[in-house]
Amino acid sequence: MASTRPNQLFRNKSAKIAAIPMIVTALFVFVGGTAWTIVYSFTSSGLLPRLKWVGLDQYERLWDTRKWLVSIENLAIYGLSMLVLVFVIGFILAALLDQKIRFENTIRTVILYPYALSFVVTGLVWQWILNPEFGVQNIVRGWGWETFTFDPLYNAEIAIFGILIAGLWQGSGLVMVLMLAGLRGIDQDVWKAARVDGIPAWKTYLFIVIPMMRPVFITTLVLVVTGIVKIYDLIVAQTGGGPGIATEVPAKYVYDMMFQANNLGQGFAASTMMLVTVALVVIPWAFLEFGGSKNRG
Amino acid sequence: MNRSTQLLAATAIVAASSASATELEVMHWWTSGGEAAAVQEFAAAFNATGNTWVDAAIAGGESARAVMVSRLTGGDPMGAFQFNHGRQAEELIEAGLLRDITDIAEAEGWKDIVNPSTLLDACTVDGRIYCAPVNIHSWQWLWVSHKAFEDVGLSVPTNWNEFVGASQALADAGKTPLAMGQQGWQQSGAFNVMFAALVPSEIYLAVYGDKNAEVAAGPEVARVFAAAADARDMAATSTVQNWNDATNLVITGQAGGQIMGDWAQGEFAVAEQVAGQDYSCLPGLGVTELLGTGGDAFYFPVLSDDAQIAAQSELAALMLKPETQVAFNLKKGSLPVRGDIDLSSANDCMQKGLALLADGALLPDTNMLLTSDTTNQINTLFTEFFADASISAADAQADFVKIISRAE
Repeated sequence: MASTRPNQLFRNKSAKIAAIPMIVTALFVFVGGTAWTIVYSFTSSGLLPRLKWVGLDQYERLWDTRKWLVSIENLAIYGLSMLVLVFVIGFILAALLDQKIRFENTIRTVILYPYALSFVVTGLVWQWILNPEFGVQNIVRGWGWETFTFDPLYNAEIAIFGILIAGLWQGSGLVMVLMLAGLRGIDQDVWKAARVDGIPAWKTYLFIVIPMMRPVFITTLVLVVTGIVKIYDLIVAQTGGGPGIATEVPAKYVYDMMFQANNLGQGFAASTMMLVTVALVVIPWAFLEFGGSKNRG
Repeated sequence: MNRSTQLLAATAIVAASSASATELEVMHWWTSGGEAAAVQEFAAAFNATGNTWVDAAIAGGESARAVMVSRLTGGDPMGAFQFNHGRQAEELIEAGLLRDITDIAEAEGWKDIVNPSTLLDACTVDGRIYCAPVNIHSWQWLWVSHKAFEDVGLSVPTNWNEFVGASQALADAGKTPLAMGQQGWQQSGAFNVMFAALVPSEIYLAVYGDKNAEVAAGPEVARVFAAAADARDMAATSTVQNWNDATNLVITGQAGGQIMGDWAQGEFAVAEQVAGQDYSCLPGLGVTELLGTGGDAFYFPVLSDDAQIAAQSELAALMLKPETQVAFNLKKGSLPVRGDIDLSSANDCMQKGLALLADGALLPDTNMLLTSDTTNQINTLFTEFFADASISAADAQADFVKIISRAE
């Protein structure tokens, strides 16, 4: 094999040539665009980008703006709740569907269906459901419970949970399907062995099946987390950031700054902070995940 | 071979026919009933010249402006677009994206006919004219529903203080005293109206014109914030979003009144309400009678197609012609930009506006004084303030001072 080593670069030539457009795109569009954004976040760019340096002014203003602080807080609340709940709900639904029940296909389709809707539709649907005059509150009051109050979107304290309900409704189906696929990938012999040993079903799930489903969990985690960080359209459709600024999120702050306030510099500073946040989570995880596997391999 | 020749011939025919009737895409955010009727007047007049008006309306000024700017900066310009003239377009002009229409303005003699002349000044950068002002809009109006006050047995108020005094009676009768859409621009707009009407104009100009943070922190501005807190209490039961939905509450008598610009008049007209009989309009909240001279203007992006450029010139000239001005402004409820045309068919409210215009009781609009960045921050402040009754007037004023001290 030593003779082929110098030609390592030219091995699989056609595959490498085919990958060039993708590599160029990745470098120029993603890396280049990111670098450009970071550079311009230190300028006073307004409607159009211009290289007039202002140092850290944009960042100072960013962290002095209540709308941004509220956005970060909302993303943290929404993100953590979403992450935990969507996995719990998705897995439980998948485990229930995995009991060889009748009409599995129908039920699976029904639960996955919300995922086929755009966030805009989801947002509007839940805006109406949670509207005190037309939605749930009105129906329950119609049943005779006159004092029933359920108007999360009109109460600044809990409005973000109104968004969370809609997000869960849409996202749980996808997690369920992925989990179900993972569960089906578990060898039936594992279950039989566990049953022979007399291990209760919940323990089998928790200590045998779930650890075996690690790859599925990682895939699902990546999908869910990216969905959380980029959340924007659901907010715009459901609350528009209101009441007041109670449901603002970072992505919306970036959009508002860049396209409504015509302040690109501030928008770039905010998006750079979003990138830093994501990097803080992803880089240590990537080291653990890939660095670890290299040692094992 | 034969087929491709046919195809070429067909393409040539299509190209030839499109050259004779130039299509010009015009973007604007006039989508409510009264506004759509008004813009239709422009479209009809433009189509009558043999060109074709391609209507590209986007609901909501903020989202429309975002689309317009990204299309311009992205190199996909439209034929013409509506904007609030003033500082919003400054950078687009600096970047050379907008067409210099000084030659048209001079040929049509705009300098002599546009009244007040500040409108044309707002279109002028370094002595060159970049936009065609089409109307004057003023924010400083309080629209009062006669029905709402009759229902509770009170006389119709004639100024803001009487209106505030009557608010409890309206609230007791299950009505919303002050209709207000829950959008930042409406809420900060209402604040600016109180600012213009309740304290002397010098204070308004010192804060928005000179960006004097000390004046912004002073006792006069504190009075305005106290009034805004009153307005917040009065609008507490108003849950609508769009301004025209809020106006509809006034039209149907569910709300006592609304602070909104004179474009609200178009909605009253569509609902066949009669000024002075079904509703009253109080300029300057009935306290200080004056008008802001904001308004809409059309800008023309730099294009390369000669036929389109000719169509742009035609449209620009057309918009300020007396007939179009009368037809458009009567539908829109705004005031014409030229003082030499007959508007005797205008109703009560417009006559009041015309009289103030003639007296020169005018104030520059915030769009001419503030950048979009500052405006956006003020909008956010008032979105918060009006949504959360726990924010005190003093706290809001402190934030306001911070915004003003940062403004350019």
